[in-house]
Amino acid sequence: MNELDQTKVGVRGINSTLQTLLANTNEKHWVVKNPKGQHNIAVGLSAPLQVDIKGHVGFYCGGMNQNSEITIHGHAGVGTAENMMSGLVWVKGNSSESAGATGNGGLLVIDGDASSRCGISMKGIDIVVGGSVGHMSAFMGQRGNLIVCGDAGDALGDSIYEARLYVKGKVASLGADCIEKEMRAEHIADLERLLKAAGRTEKPSEFKRYGSARKLYNFSVDHADAY
Amino acid sequence: MALPANFTISALITLTPIEVNMESTPRTPPRKSATFDDATLAEIRRAASTGIYDIRGAGAKRKLPHFDDLLFLGASISRYPLEGYREKCGTDVILGSRFAKKPIHLQIPITIAGMSFGSLSANAKEALGRGASAAGTSTTTGDGGMTPEERGQSKHLVYQYLPSRYGMNPDDLRKADAIEVVIGQGAKPGGGGMLLGQKISDRVAAMRCLPKGIDQRSACRHPDWTGPDDLEIKIAELREITNWEKPIYVKIGGARPYYDVALAVKAGADVVVVDGMQGGTAATQEVFIEHVGQPTLACIRPAVRALQELNMHRKVQLIVSGGIRNGADVAKALALGADAVAIGTAALVALGDNDPHYEAEYNALGTTAGAYDDWHEGRDPAGITTQDPVLAARLDPVKAGRRLYNYLKVLTLEAQTIARANGKSHVHNLEPEDLCALTIEAAAMAQVPLAGTDWIPGKMRF
Repeated sequence: MNELDQTKVGVRGINSTLQTLLANTNEKHWVVKNPKGQHNIAVGLSAPLQVDIKGHVGFYCGGMNQNSEITIHGHAGVGTAENMMSGLVWVKGNSSESAGATGNGGLLVIDGDASSRCGISMKGIDIVVGGSVGHMSAFMGQRGNLIVCGDAGDALGDSIYEARLYVKGKVASLGADCIEKEMRAEHIADLERLLKAAGRTEKPSEFKRYGSARKLYNFSVDHADAY
Repeated sequence: MALPANFTISALITLTPIEVNMESTPRTPPRKSATFDDATLAEIRRAASTGIYDIRGAGAKRKLPHFDDLLFLGASISRYPLEGYREKCGTDVILGSRFAKKPIHLQIPITIAGMSFGSLSANAKEALGRGASAAGTSTTTGDGGMTPEERGQSKHLVYQYLPSRYGMNPDDLRKADAIEVVIGQGAKPGGGGMLLGQKISDRVAAMRCLPKGIDQRSACRHPDWTGPDDLEIKIAELREITNWEKPIYVKIGGARPYYDVALAVKAGADVVVVDGMQGGTAATQEVFIEHVGQPTLACIRPAVRALQELNMHRKVQLIVSGGIRNGADVAKALALGADAVAIGTAALVALGDNDPHYEAEYNALGTTAGAYDDWHEGRDPAGITTQDPVLAARLDPVKAGRRLYNYLKVLTLEAQTIARANGKSHVHNLEPEDLCALTIEAAAMAQVPLAGTDWIPGKMRF
């Protein structure tokens, strides 16, 4: 295990160390001490590392991650794991707005609550939120799964494309072109797999699925009021 | 002599009754309304027929105060010219010297603006890369990611970071020579991208993670930051991911250039790109293009003033775009304080867009060469704004790249000619004092004197 103390090496020191490790490195386990809410910690990693961040982080922690498994032992700021490509980002506390924004792949787990716009423009990432999500979550979601074990705020899935949303609790309201959809075997299999990966005990049968009605996919004057 | 109190004119005049003769009555010609002109009437009929706003490509087509309303003074006794062909007149520009470890050094101050693969064919993107690289300048990706064709053919490639984040990934980010955070564009400040179903081919759909054939609307706001303080953190993130090597540009539409440029500088930009309303788009609403944003000429001085007040002029470089057509436009933009310009529409025309060679086909589409702007429909006879493989094959990327190279060379030679005539050994030495304006409007916007006077409207009373 290697240690990086943010108060000694700074964010630049953490990132330049972790980014330059090769895929076959033997130094796989890293602990980041004293993150102290700094922004942009552990962004742009590409090697299959295990990174434990011992404390709270600011914006964009784990941004554009590839292959690394990053655990935040605290709360996270805006845009956690934004545009993640692969790997795992796990927030043990709560996460602020736009968690997992535009993520292309990998798994983002938030044990606590996420805020508004969780999974905005998601492009293939899987997100499991143990608590609730705020308004406009999965706005324009294109691909991937957003699983919410608590409640969802207003305008869930507004202008959604092909992302799949699963909510166990209440949905305050659905956004434009987002509807409740039937739960088929493939959806139950996805839920089972992702809940297990996120260490959750909820059952797939407790969730409802939401997705695109696909009515706004092509411009039509008759849908003008829906926007 | 006083008139009597009961005097009336009718008492003096006897009118002859008019005999109405239709044949000898002068006729007035039919008069059309200036308010309800033919174009307006046609648009009302089109709207009534379809129920949806008009979508088109290109920038504002209305007549606007522009660079043509400015003149260079030249040199005589009070200023000393340089020899036209022999004396050196530099044209190079360094972009990104503020923070980036690897600034871009271009041979000419004319860059190619962001245009996406999706809106343009792969051949057109390759041609842009070939022409720009040969001329020693950069090209820019667009809303749709980086293609291998473009990366391979572009010596200097600027990778756009857009609200949609289509195709965004850290590998391409690191392959780029610079990163352009797009906040807006001149054709539609406040609006997101638009690519209609006709152009969402299999390849375009895959690059954007979208179903094929749908009308794709890009977000107008970035998904993970909202104000200038957040933007500062976002720019720091992009620098962290790319080892602080790449110049980071911030592109804004011509909305509030003074404040927006100041905020971009505050947020940590190396370069600010200001795009006026004549700047083109692949597709958006006509009403947006013609009625939102300011003309390019009106944007430059406020942007330069913001940089000067922050002591950042020339330290944070300014790129101006929107309606640059010839070397005089380039020279005028630089004289007003820009470090470089960007061209989009003009570059497409150099490749072959709207060429009269295809007039019969433009006619078949209900238009004429020079007016074709339905780029979103993907039926471009010139094979540029299309994803149709048959049409796209019409554009030879090698030949089209050569045309763009030639055009960029002419722009540069023209700008040098003007700079030398004004006694400048580098195009960046051009200054507002080399200019006068032909109209009061242009004088006010460019803040140079009205020709024949020393009056700058807004600066001093006439």
